[in-house]
Parts: sequence; C-alpha cells; structure tokens
Amino acid sequence: MNWSEFFNMGGYAFYVWTSYGLFILVIVANIISPMMQRKKVISHIKRTIRRENIGQAKRRHQS
Amino acid sequence: MWHWIQRFSSPKHFYTMSVPLIKWFTVGALLIGLYGLYLGLFVAPTDYQQGESYRIIFIHVPAAWMSLFVYMVMAASAGIGIIWQIRLADMVAAASAPIGASFAFLALVTGSLWGKPMWGAYWVWDARLTSELILLFLYLGYMALQSAIEDQRSADKASGLLAIVGVVNIPIIHYSVEWWNTLHQGATVTKFDKPSIHVDMLIPLLLMAVAFKLFYAAIVLIRARNEALYRDRNRRWVRELIEQL
Repeated sequence: MNWSEFFNMGGYAFYVWTSYGLFILVIVANIISPMMQRKKVISHIKRTIRRENIGQAKRRHQS
Repeated sequence: MWHWIQRFSSPKHFYTMSVPLIKWFTVGALLIGLYGLYLGLFVAPTDYQQGESYRIIFIHVPAAWMSLFVYMVMAASAGIGIIWQIRLADMVAAASAPIGASFAFLALVTGSLWGKPMWGAYWVWDARLTSELILLFLYLGYMALQSAIEDQRSADKASGLLAIVGVVNIPIIHYSVEWWNTLHQGATVTKFDKPSIHVDMLIPLLLMAVAFKLFYAAIVLIRARNEALYRDRNRRWVRELIEQL
C-alpha cells in the first residue's frame, strides 16, 4: 500500500478528496446543527419562564 | 401494539423513549459507515474505464438515494399530520427537511465533482441533474414556509401541502434516465434484473446506503426531540423538564 499513490487517486485526487471533504462537512453540520438548535430552544423557553415570573411578581406587587 | 404507538406518538413519551433508539442508530451508522468507507476506498478494485474517480460513488449514490428517501418520509409524515392531526408526524416532517436538503446538496455537488473529470463539465441541464436540483428547492421551500409562517398549525399545513405536491418529482427523478436520453447513466442497482456493478463495488455501496439511513434515523430523532420541546413549550412536561436543566 503506497500512501502517496493512494492519495493521488490515479490523478483524480482533487475531485475525489473534495467530494469526501464535503461529505465530512455535511455529516458534521448535520451533527452540530441540532445541538445548537437544542441550546437555542432551551434558552428561549427559559427566557419565557423568567419573563412570565417577572410579570406575575409585578401584578402581585401592584394589587 | 396500538397502545405502544399511542404512547410513543405523544411528544412527552416520544421525548424520552427515543433516546435509546438514537444511541443504537448512531453506533450502527458509525460502525457500518467506517467499514463501508474502508472497503470503498482501500479494497474495492479500480474501475477499468473511470480509474479511481469512480470512488466518489460511495458517497454520491447513497446521498442521492437518501435525498429521495427522506423526501418520501417527509411528505408521508406531513400527510399524516394534515389528515390525522398527529403532532409527532409534523415534528418528524419538520425535522427531516434540513437533513434531506443536506443530502440533496451533497448528491448534487459530489455528482458535479464526478462529472467534471468524466463528462468534462461541472453542470449540464440534464434531466436527472435538473430534477434533483428541483428537489433541493422543494426542501428549501418547505423549510422557508416552516420558518416564515408564525402560527404552527398553518405553517405545517402550508409546508405539508408543498411537500405532498412535490412528491410528483420523486418518480421523475428516478425515471429521468429512462424517459429522456440523459448524460447521467441509467439505473445500476435499483432495477429488476441483476445490478450491473461488480460485487466488490456493490458491497461497500450497500453498506454506505445502510449507514446513511441509520445516520438519518439518529439525526431526525434528535431534531424531532427539539421540535417537541419547542412546540410544547407552554405545556407542563416541558416546563418541568426545563426547570431541572
């Protein structure tokens, strides 16, 4: 197994390795994006809860 | 059985019951995927015509198959959501769209990178390539409708209808190589008689197809859990859950 020959891919190195690079990029993006989405959803809900608690506290204070 | 489906389809139970599934799908996708890539890149023989460039097949073809498969899952679950008002179905449809779009994009780009050395062009307005591009736009259209419309129910209805109407594009993509004389080659595996591909090349291809499916299953469940959290944000089970986090 000659590594330099392997990476050369019979002269098509650019096309093959760019394709596999984009493949890894798409897989990683599909893994990271739901994680970020989850953080966003959780922080959004936490902020809503905090806003509601402040609202209730104010009403109790005024009544 | 029906009881299990009822319990599983409630977002609250789905949120917890899907966790072991995600684990097993991820492990399966990783193992089968790595083995398939090893076979495809190191073991599979060189193609007598295309030399080494054909090795792009091991990601181009599974990605293309997945872009069609995920669209059918999306359209079916959107249909279930509209007809039977099963909210989990809408969540699965919304979770599938970005994944399907990424596979359609990957299929188009790897195909174009394969086409340049073999056909001499990155892009031609060929029937197969054009209908796959339309598929990508359908995914993006679905996602745009989902985010543009404020009210969740009408967003699901509008995007669901787009998905269902777009299903007509799926057979067009599949049969495009038979109906029009396309530059893109005809069906090699998905046809009735023996696949016209050497078994040493077929095995890694099928392994990669399975790995892609398992990967999609894991990611769609993760995204569907996010949808469940967001869509049930005013419900008690989410509020209790969030307070513990």
